[in-house]
Amino acid sequence: MKKENIKLLAVTVAIFVTGLVMVYYVMENPTDSMVERMLSRENIWRAFREHLVIVGVSMAGALAVGIPGGILLSRPRFYYIGKVFENIVNIGQTVPSLAILALFYTILGLGFNTAVFAIWLYSILPILRNTFAGITSISDEVIESARGMGMTGRRILTRIELPLAAPIITAGIRTAIVINVGTATLATFIGAGGLGDLIVTGLSIRRNMIIITGAGLSALLAILLDFWIGQIKLRLVKW
Amino acid sequence: MIKIENLTKHFPGLDRPAVNKLSLEINEGEVCVLVGPSGCGKTTTMKMINRLHEPDEGEVYLNGKRASEMNQIDLRRGIGYVIQEIGLFPHMTIKENIATVPRELGWDRERINKRVRELLDLMGLDPEIYSDRRPAALSGGQRQRVGVARALAADPPVMLMDEPFAAVDPITRARLQNEFLRILDKMDKTIIFVTHDINEAIKMGDKIAVLREGELVQHSTPEELLDAPANEFVAQLVGRNRSIKRLHLIRVEDIIEEDADKYSVAAESGRKEIKDKLSESKVGALMVTDEQGCLLGRVDEQSLKKEGETAGELVDEIHDQVTADSTLNDSLSVMLESGEGYVPVVDEEKGFFRDIITLQDLLQEVRQG
Ligand SMILES: Nc1ncnc2c1ncn2[C@@H]1O[C@H](COP(=O)(O)OP(=O)(O)OP(=O)(O)O)[C@@H](O)[C@H]1O
Ligand SMILES: [Mg+2]
Repeated sequence: MKKENIKLLAVTVAIFVTGLVMVYYVMENPTDSMVERMLSRENIWRAFREHLVIVGVSMAGALAVGIPGGILLSRPRFYYIGKVFENIVNIGQTVPSLAILALFYTILGLGFNTAVFAIWLYSILPILRNTFAGITSISDEVIESARGMGMTGRRILTRIELPLAAPIITAGIRTAIVINVGTATLATFIGAGGLGDLIVTGLSIRRNMIIITGAGLSALLAILLDFWIGQIKLRLVKW
Repeated sequence: MIKIENLTKHFPGLDRPAVNKLSLEINEGEVCVLVGPSGCGKTTTMKMINRLHEPDEGEVYLNGKRASEMNQIDLRRGIGYVIQEIGLFPHMTIKENIATVPRELGWDRERINKRVRELLDLMGLDPEIYSDRRPAALSGGQRQRVGVARALAADPPVMLMDEPFAAVDPITRARLQNEFLRILDKMDKTIIFVTHDINEAIKMGDKIAVLREGELVQHSTPEELLDAPANEFVAQLVGRNRSIKRLHLIRVEDIIEEDADKYSVAAESGRKEIKDKLSESKVGALMVTDEQGCLLGRVDEQSLKKEGETAGELVDEIHDQVTADSTLNDSLSVMLESGEGYVPVVDEEKGFFRDIITLQDLLQEVRQG
């Protein structure tokens, strides 16, 4: 097996094992009956699953909108809109994620859909901005020589622009995923569940073990997804 | 082959057109050099031929067909384009870069591989070493050669070359120019070649088109340009010492007399033969050759003082030689550099010794011109 594949496998297994050991430990050694009820297998799994769904759906949506959107804005005729948008995104990102959730709660009400929608919107920003920036930062002469040799617009996009922008696009996706997993822990405040449930319950009944379980699992999830995207980038970008 | 008619291009924000009512005709198999100061519209003219720019007025005809009515993609695939800034794709290997157009045309892998090796060899880049490198791992001059190879890849009948040898040192440039002219002899391509080096223009061009501020000033053969500059601007561009410029026009093989025997001895010749021949040699030295006739070095009076019996034992190294397809100007540079009044001439393909060329020969050519 290649060295880079061994690394991918080893780190992935290590993260999974850490998570499982943690869950097993807290289930076997609850400090009292309240902790035991909160940290039952069903309860941890439900929180984790809800968390995964929020992250998965919002990330998939963010990729589906962010990358094509960034490509579209990078076309010459939309370039100026893209520039304006880039600035709006930069301002948008300074709004705290909790504020975004609260804002959409006032508009859309409580629930899973509101959380997914808000987090989706928030995750689009870095992906879209980086796709736009990555493509527009390619030097003119590279595109011009491709055009001069008779490559079609579509071929230039797939063979030249996207590969050359890949490092910046994947950096945007990494930013998005870390923000996304973190923000998903706040979804509990608008009743959308997730690992935030454990953290908030733990805080309100003052049981550190519950807090650490929720925080630890979401941290491990963020680390794992971030690592995976880093690995994808390594395999895509060879120059 | 290529006919440019009344071509005009305005860029917004410029008070005069970048190219103004330019008409030119380039015959099949001809090298037409566009020359002129920076900003005179050379690049813009080229880009209107492959339609990277659309002209405001006028038309380009290729083989009688209007370029503006041809499919843009097909048009460009049939025209090799060496862009001024080289523009290699940084994420692709050298091989992938060169294979760009063949891949767009759907060639099979084997044919592409063969072609890439062929072109790298042609450009003097060892395929074993360079095929899988990326452009960042090449010197500026090597990148430029890859740029030329990439444009040649699908063997297009027309080539647009925008200052293709600008980033290489003078010696490599002379070599590339010579090799390129030799390649052209075999390929019969129609070429538009941009440079702002008048010497390069004289050397490379069958015709030279002098541009100034987007307008055509003179379109003629290099000889006519030297003999009869159309106006003061062209005269200045060509410079004062026109008879020396003529040295760019003449190739060594055109003036040598193939006196290889007179100026060389075989490696196994003895002292007596060397002495006899030395007294005949007008440069006071003899070239020593092996069985194939390739240069081993030289012998002169000094070498005869050394130990040894045959020319092969007495031989001194020489570092300077020119190929028969070099220009007289190339040989002059070599002579000036080596400090000798002569330089041996070798065959550019087989490498055997053909003759020597002397400073006297060059002076004679200059006087005749
Ligand atoms: N895309 C463009 N937009 C606006 N102006 C341009 C553009 N391209 C070229 N120009 C202008 O047109 C004029 C001619 O430019 P061009 O590139 O054809 O010059 P050139 O002869 O190739 O010069 P050089 O020897 O420096 O390459 C210049 O004044 C240049 O500033
Ligand atoms: Mg130019």
